[in-house]
Formats: sequence, C-alpha cells, structure tokens
Amino acid sequence: MTATKPERTAAKKQPQIMEMSWDPITRIIGNLGIYTKIDFANRLVTECHSTSSLFRGYSVFMKGKDPRDAGFITSRICGICGDNHTTCSVYAQNMAYGIKTPPLGETILNLGEAAEYMFDHTIFQDNLVFVDFCEAMVKETNPSLLARAENAEAPGAAVHGYRTIAEIMRAYNPFEGEVYREALKVSRTTREMFCLMEGRHVHPSTVYPGGVGTMPQPTLFTDYLSRLLDILDFVKKAVALNNDVFDFFYEALPGYEEVGRRRVLLGCWGCFQNPEVVDYRYENMTNWGRAMYVTPGIVVDGQLLTTDLVDINLGIRILLGSSYYKDWVNEEPFVTQDPLGNPVDMRHPWNQTTLPEPGKRDFGDRYSWVMSPRWFDRNSGQHLALDTGGGPFARLYTTALAGLVDTPYVKSTGRSVQISLPKSRTLPEMTLEWTIPQWSNALERNRARVYFVAYAAAMAVQFIEEGLARVRAGDTRVFTEFKVPDEAIGCGFHEAVRGVLSHHLVIRDGKIANYHPYPPTPWNGSPRDSYGTPGPYEDAVQDMPIFEENGPENFKGVDIMRAVRSFDPCLPCGVHMYVGQGRTIEKLHSPMWGAGHA
Amino acid sequence: MTTAKSPQAGQSQPHGFDEIHILWISEGMSCDGDTVAVTAAAQPAIEDVVTGLVPGLPTVHLHNKVLSPTVGGEEFLAPFRAAARGELTPFILVIEGSIPNEKINGDGYWTSFGNHPNTGEPLTLNWWIDNLAPKAWAVVAAGTCATYGGIHAMAGNPTGCMGLADYLGSDFRSTGGLPIVNVPGCPVQPDNFMETLTWVLYHAAGSAPPPPLDEMLRPQWLFGKTVHEGCDRAGYYEQGDFAKDYNSPKCQVKIGCWGPVVNCNVPKRGWMGGIGGCPNVGGICIACTMPGFPDKFMPFMDMPPGGSLSSAIVKPYGAFIRRMRGITNSTANTEPRWRHNREELTSGYNPRWRP
Repeated sequence: MTATKPERTAAKKQPQIMEMSWDPITRIIGNLGIYTKIDFANRLVTECHSTSSLFRGYSVFMKGKDPRDAGFITSRICGICGDNHTTCSVYAQNMAYGIKTPPLGETILNLGEAAEYMFDHTIFQDNLVFVDFCEAMVKETNPSLLARAENAEAPGAAVHGYRTIAEIMRAYNPFEGEVYREALKVSRTTREMFCLMEGRHVHPSTVYPGGVGTMPQPTLFTDYLSRLLDILDFVKKAVALNNDVFDFFYEALPGYEEVGRRRVLLGCWGCFQNPEVVDYRYENMTNWGRAMYVTPGIVVDGQLLTTDLVDINLGIRILLGSSYYKDWVNEEPFVTQDPLGNPVDMRHPWNQTTLPEPGKRDFGDRYSWVMSPRWFDRNSGQHLALDTGGGPFARLYTTALAGLVDTPYVKSTGRSVQISLPKSRTLPEMTLEWTIPQWSNALERNRARVYFVAYAAAMAVQFIEEGLARVRAGDTRVFTEFKVPDEAIGCGFHEAVRGVLSHHLVIRDGKIANYHPYPPTPWNGSPRDSYGTPGPYEDAVQDMPIFEENGPENFKGVDIMRAVRSFDPCLPCGVHMYVGQGRTIEKLHSPMWGAGHA
Repeated sequence: MTTAKSPQAGQSQPHGFDEIHILWISEGMSCDGDTVAVTAAAQPAIEDVVTGLVPGLPTVHLHNKVLSPTVGGEEFLAPFRAAARGELTPFILVIEGSIPNEKINGDGYWTSFGNHPNTGEPLTLNWWIDNLAPKAWAVVAAGTCATYGGIHAMAGNPTGCMGLADYLGSDFRSTGGLPIVNVPGCPVQPDNFMETLTWVLYHAAGSAPPPPLDEMLRPQWLFGKTVHEGCDRAGYYEQGDFAKDYNSPKCQVKIGCWGPVVNCNVPKRGWMGGIGGCPNVGGICIACTMPGFPDKFMPFMDMPPGGSLSSAIVKPYGAFIRRMRGITNSTANTEPRWRHNREELTSGYNPRWRP
C-alpha cells in the first residue's frame, strides 16, 4: 500500500500538487462543492474551499408575514430535518408570545424529535455515509485493505452476527447489502413513529406555537412504543457494527485518526425540553436550558466553556468575508438589548439584514452563498469557528462533560454518557457507554452518530412513560391559546439532527420584522470569514493525509469525502470546495467512471 | 441500452424500452424533501424499483444525488453530461425545486449543478433544463416547488422562481409525447410519487397508456378528490361541530384548515403505511399541494374566508341533526330488553313442539 504515516510537518518529497474538485457532492442533502489542492507526492491535501451554490432567501421573503406562519414556512428550509425548524420556531414563538406548551405537548414534541434523530441518523449513516465504507467502495479505493478485512474477525460478532469485517462491509453495499436494505426499512418505521407525534414527515402538520394538535390517546403512545420495540435489536447491532468497522480502520491504517481532524471546537444548543422546568421566558433561559435532556454547551479543546443559553445566545456573530451578500452594518438594528439588559451585537442574528448580491465565483474573494457564523469568546477575544461534529458528536461531548443529565435511561458521568436500552426481541437489556474520544475526526463523528440513535431511543422510552402517565391521570391538554403581541422578540434553541439550530424572531406591528434561522450547516460548511479563518469543512480537510491507494489518474477522493460526510452536510443550509491561486499545477477534475451505474 | 436518433420536435418516440435512466436534479430552489420522502415509500419502495423487483418495469438506472453510490463530482455528473450531449437515451428527467429567474442575477447564479467543463463556471439549473428537457423521454416535476413554484416563490422572494410548466410552457411535450407530469405536495406524499413514477415506467415498458392527468397536469386518480372528501373529521363538519382550538378532535375548518378546497389524498391515504396525515390527525391543511400555495392560504392559522359562510350555514342544520343522532345513538347504545338472566325466555322465540 502506498499510504504512509501522515507527515503533518515538513513534506519529504518534492510536492506534486494537483487541483481536484467534487461538485456536486453526493449522498448529502443540498448543493455542496469541495475544491482542493492535493500533493500526491506526499499524499496530503494542501488546500480546501467549500461552497454552496443555492440561495432561496427565507429571511427575505418572511418579512411582513404573520409570525404564526413561521414554523410552517421554516420547515421547508430542509427536506430531511424540517421538523427541527418547526420545533425551533415554535420555541422562539412561545417566547415572543409569552406562552408555555402544556407538559403533554412537550412530551409529544420530544417523542417526535427523538424519532427524527433515529430516522435521520439511521438513513444518513447506513445509506449515505456507509457507502464510503462498503465493500464496493473499499475495493475501488483500498483493495489491500479489503483483503485484510476478509481475514479480520469482527469483535462484535456475538451481537451482530457478521464474522469478519469484510462481511460487514458487504452488508452495506448500496441497494444490495443486508444492513443497507434493513436500514431503509428502519428509516420507514422511525418515520411512522414521527408521523404519529407530528402528523407527517418531514414537514410536520400538527405542530403549532403553544403546543400540538396531536390527539393524546393511549393508542398514540402504544403505537409508538410497539414500533420502538421493533427496532431496538437493529439499534444495538448498529452500535456494534460501527465500532467494529471504525476500530478496524484505526488498526489497519495507522494515522487514519488524522482524516477530517480539527481542534475540538464544538457547539451544542441542547434538546428535549424538560416540561417541568421550561417556561420559555428569556429571563429563565439559563435554568431551563440546563434542564434539557441533552445539555447545551460550548467545548474548546476539551474544556466546557459554558452551559448557559444566554451566554451562547449573546456570543453568536454572523460574519461575512467570502459570501455573496452586502454587509448590513449600516442598516437599522432591531434589538440593542436582550430582555436581561445585556447589549446585543450588530452582527447578532437579531440584528441581521440579508442583502443578497449574486456574483461570480472567486475563491480568492467571494465563493459561497453560505455566511460564516462564529461564536465570540469574550475571554480569548476570538471568533471561534465552532462545528457540531455532525450533531451527535457535540451533543454527546457536552452532555458527557456537563454531568447534568441524570435519568433512568441516560446518565452523564462527567467523562462519558451511559445509555440503557431495554430488552428487545433477540438481545438482552444493554447499557452502552460513549466515552469522550481522543480526537475530533471523521471516524469519531460517525461513531457518535450511531450512539446518538441509541440515546434518542433510550430517552423515547422515558418520554413514553411520562406521556402515558399523564394520559392515565387525565391530563390531556396539548395546546395553549395565545395572542400575537404587536412588539416582541424571541429566540429558539434546539439541536437539529446535524447540530446547533437557532431561530431569532423580531415582531413589529404584529408582523415579522426580522427572522433569522441558523441551522448547523452554516456553521460547519461556512467559507473563510472576514478574519480569514476557514470554515470547519475547509479546516478539517486542509492538511489531511490521503490513504487511498489510487494515483491521480483514477483518484476517487474517498478519504476527503469521508471527512466531509462525517459532518452530515445539509446544504439547503449550504456549501463548494476549491483550489487556491498558487502556482499551477496540472488541472484535473475528478475522473469519470462511465455513465450508467444504478 | 436503447439508443435512438433524436426525434423531431412534436413527434413522439416509441416506447417499449427494456432499460431507462432516471436523471433526477434536486438543485432547484428545493430542500431535497421530495427525494427524502420517496425513500419513505413502500408501495412500491424505491429499492424494489431499482433492483427490478416490480414485474413488468424496464431496468431502471437511478441517478439521484442523495442516493448515488458514487463519491460525487464528475463521476456522478457523467450520465447527465452524456444526456445533454444526446448520447444517453431514453431518460426520464425529474426536477425537484422551483426554477429561479437567472435573468435577474447579474454575473452570479441562484443555484447551480456542476461546472462547465471548459470554463469551470457554475452551470445553472436552467442551463440543464434547457439542454435536457428537449431530449427527455418524459419530464416529471416532484413537489409543489417544481410543479408550481411553491414556498420559495412566495410574495417578496428575491429569486423570482417558478414552476417547471411556467418555465417550459404548459404545452411542453417530451420526446415520448407526454406533457410534464406534476406530482405536487410539500413534500410529495411518498407513495403518490412512487405510484406515479411506476405508471410512467409501465408506460415506458409499453404496457400502460400515458398517465391520466388533469388540467394542472396532476395524476387524476391521486388528486381528483379534495382533502375534505377523504377526511374522517368531515362528520363533525356535517354536524356543525367545530374545534375551537387545537386540543380538539373535531373539524378544524374554523382554526385554519383549507381541506374543503384542496386537491390532495393524504387524509384518505395516510402519510406513510397508513399512519399520519394532516387534518385527520389534528394538523390543519395549509394547501401545500396547490398552485396557489402558500400565499393564497396565509395566515395559515386563520379561518379560510369561505369557511365562515359555510360553517355558519351548516350550524343550525348540524346542531339539529346532532341532537337527533344523539337520541338515536343512546337508543343504539341500549341492548334489547330480551337479553337477561331471568328464568324465562323473552326473545320472541316460540317452541311450539314443546308443551
């Protein structure tokens, strides 16, 4: 095999640099292009730009509309996690209208969102990400690795039943592999669970500010529970399958931990409201944020900087630098102080005005429709390019460190998260433990994803119990009446499947004066900001070693794709990667492999 | 693969293909929600079509970004480029997302799909439609955005986007002689789309006539009825019994449901596997399948103007009928008096051979 140990410092050989681009990136949601320079002599990516080529303008066309429409409209931002937007919008509206969802309504929303995580992470991991780890792909990119996998015993065989790593890889072959097909079925069962709670997928029909329209009959919870029990075997096996494959990669390809690696700079905005604590008042946001069943927080180099949603909110800055927009600094601010009297920055989403300016793509200047969200750290004075690690990685990391979540099914230990799943058809009760890993890299982002499916399933068991207990006690209210005020502000914080999601709302004269949703992908897929700081995809891919055995002529770029996909890109929230202006270099687009492949 | 000479405009290419490509572009003003919805279908499932499990269909080569086994880039674009050069036939072009107005964007682009091989400049969605639609054996619009413009074509939008028939003309005919096949929905109901696609594929195989479409180019058997006609809360409507807020299992027409005037089958069919829906499960119909969506239905949570008149008219009749039915219902809830444990038979049976 040609792959050597990564040399992150001085390159040994005379560089042989080529431009390689992948546009569009497949097996993600939305439009993303990745443009790189690769040094094939030293098998290293030397430069990377990421860009999104789609602009639709939600914050533009929502102005002047009825605020109650916001949840319905913003759901359409995304075709795989739209319900996260509806939920987040409802949180922001609840704050603005000064209302609180009845507890059973919260429980129903928690169950819906838990099903969304289970659905989305399963289909993305097994049907999109794992194609990069399947036999067909490994055969084309690393034949000697596949040969080794044929003889590598799978440590988790007792749980999942596959004897060797190569057998597991075959089970993920698209449309033909056993796990691939099973995952599609599970993604349907979990979507049925979602539809029970939120009406339909992915744009919910029964979710409103003030609550839900879902009828809380015992049948509702029984139908959900029976489907949850149906998939528990699959969830337990998935964790074992993923661990086996990723551990094999570390062992068989020394240095693979560098693929997609960047500093630990993580954001998590929290999810699963605790109905006993949440009142949606900004003044109490610190408390009800910490009561969430996934703890919000910001982690820098392994240290938890904050778990306070007010701190998190005030630190958000939207930078430009490489995006097709005119700056808004000379526009009128909407919110100069938060409800606690803290000053609100002009670059904060509450004060943003979106001024689109389409232009030519120029990687030295402006090259993306994505803006550059950053988090301003008051202590260091830096604008941190936080990522979400695809969502689950940051969620598990902050929850593990914070030590606040303590439920019968999920417990934070301060260094790990323990997830208990009840007995299922073929497998006994199990406690899975996700421990904070050494690196923030592609494999650990992927591994966290499968653990979070277990996390969501475990929390769902608790939510079912809570829901049934309320219904049995005769408490069946799910919706609170409200009036839209003439003047108000609101903010919603929620973990979308892919990570941090915020909605900032300003109401004037009873209409939307400003509305800015910030999903996870603008954070992850952002271009270089006004300080020149690359976005997380760019940062994770730049200086990354290449382990693929192919030379430039038939290079597929699978390691780069694994790095990018580990973030679970979802570009209706936006991205493109590029080649710099240095010396040229032989031009080469990613090669063609014939036309027809089902 | 069948190769055919490029046909004259207006002259339809024969069908009866053994193999067909599906070139699916979701780079419109879209959220990819229709692609995602299609993976929820079970009647038939996408994998059953792709792996040839459904009898009588041509072999299908699906080229869809989300499900593509390729790593992306040129490997993924190859069949699209070949088709644009006229070297890949026959193919069905599926468009997801609305079509922006690229005449108003200066030097830039609202959305692109790959780059021009020579200049490296982004190729717009509109370029692809201009080059692929005239060569496509059939053209299918997936979702309300691609069919009629949808949410991204809302009043005040910056991109000036539109539906496929607005862009190509409603008299457009594919090389297979078909008009654009519109499958609206935000997102498309999973089985609705797969059922329509399989009809088109049966037609491609030569075993079915063209799918019957209405004047808005929707499949008639799916969109011929209204939400209300298939809604199991319509009984409340008839009895003049309306929900006052979202806590109620009653008819939602006074709290925002547009079901009585919307062409859609979701309450009848369920969302997936018969589960879920909209007004049948407490979610007001916001008319997401309709050409007038969303502007003609906002604010969504207000009563539709027509609803106040019809609900007022139905009220006295409904209240009376509900009372009458209440009386009959309590009769129906009482068992006949001959069901008892006394030492006599009072059912009316007469054992005339016994003394």
